[in-house]
Amino acid sequence: MEANLKRAKSGDLKVSVHRMEIERIRYVLSSYLRCRLVKIEKFFPHVLEKEKSRAEGEPSILSPEEFAFAKEYMANTETYLKNVALKHMPPNLQKVSLLKSVPKPNLDSFVFLRVLERQENILVEPETDEQREYTIDLEQGSQHLIRYRTIAPLVASGAVQLI
Amino acid sequence: MAGERAAGLVRELHRAAGGHLPPFRVEELRQALEEMRALYEQNQADVSEAKAGRTDLIFLIRFRHCCLLRNQRCILAYLYDRLLRIRALRWEYGSVLPNTIQFHMSAEEVRCLRDYGEFEIDDGTTVLLKKNSQHITGPACKAPCTHCKLSAWLRTAVQLCLISYQDAADKQS
Repeated sequence: MEANLKRAKSGDLKVSVHRMEIERIRYVLSSYLRCRLVKIEKFFPHVLEKEKSRAEGEPSILSPEEFAFAKEYMANTETYLKNVALKHMPPNLQKVSLLKSVPKPNLDSFVFLRVLERQENILVEPETDEQREYTIDLEQGSQHLIRYRTIAPLVASGAVQLI
Repeated sequence: MAGERAAGLVRELHRAAGGHLPPFRVEELRQALEEMRALYEQNQADVSEAKAGRTDLIFLIRFRHCCLLRNQRCILAYLYDRLLRIRALRWEYGSVLPNTIQFHMSAEEVRCLRDYGEFEIDDGTTVLLKKNSQHITGPACKAPCTHCKLSAWLRTAVQLCLISYQDAADKQS
């Protein structure tokens, strides 16, 4: 699009439209990347743990730069806590597990989704002891409100789309 | 009362609502750490006595250990929450925080923020390269930039509407 801009005559109306579109795309992209960074910051021990425990063939959930960012963020936080407080504490309390202290993401929160490919027999786990697990079918094009944990693998495979 | 100072730190932070950053309480932190040290030393002395036969001290030892754990939790929560607030302020204000806020930060916090700024710039510049943009300013001005970009977008959108109306009016006449 920027190449097109260079070719067009100045004062052409198309130039303004192109420019607006480029700005819009830029804004959306930077929002997306910023949102990812915020999530990494919020759940950094769990993100790094998941990255460490993923199998060899599976694709990474982080880009190389994001991975470096997460590792440095963790090192930065640990160094800070150690230097300000932990090293002044009694010897048996000088370690803290960030994995246990930092809150985990809530995978049981409810999300809206739209079904792109028809799915059959999705197992829904019971929330309380009185309920029992049951299966549902997801029709193509339908929209649902469901717990994230139930449909997490479908989001990864692209069969459903979160709204 | 054991754990009062550490809990006091957390309470002050809890009362400062809206992401506001109160001054760093060095003295209270030092006193809380000193209290932990004293508790630990008392426990050490009692553990050797308990091993020698005085089993009635075990409850006291456990109580002191609980106090130590609580102090550790409160202190770490205080420090970590301050870090979170500083980082949120950095996303809002950009790479240079106002002096009034910097005044409330400890030296380690300032260093931590500088390191954070550095690797955020590294990631931020890759962010910018991915967008293939021509910005020279760092990610620091991302937030205000998007605001003014959005308003610029709206302005040009309005202009465009007016131009198209003008064109339509010209064609009719």
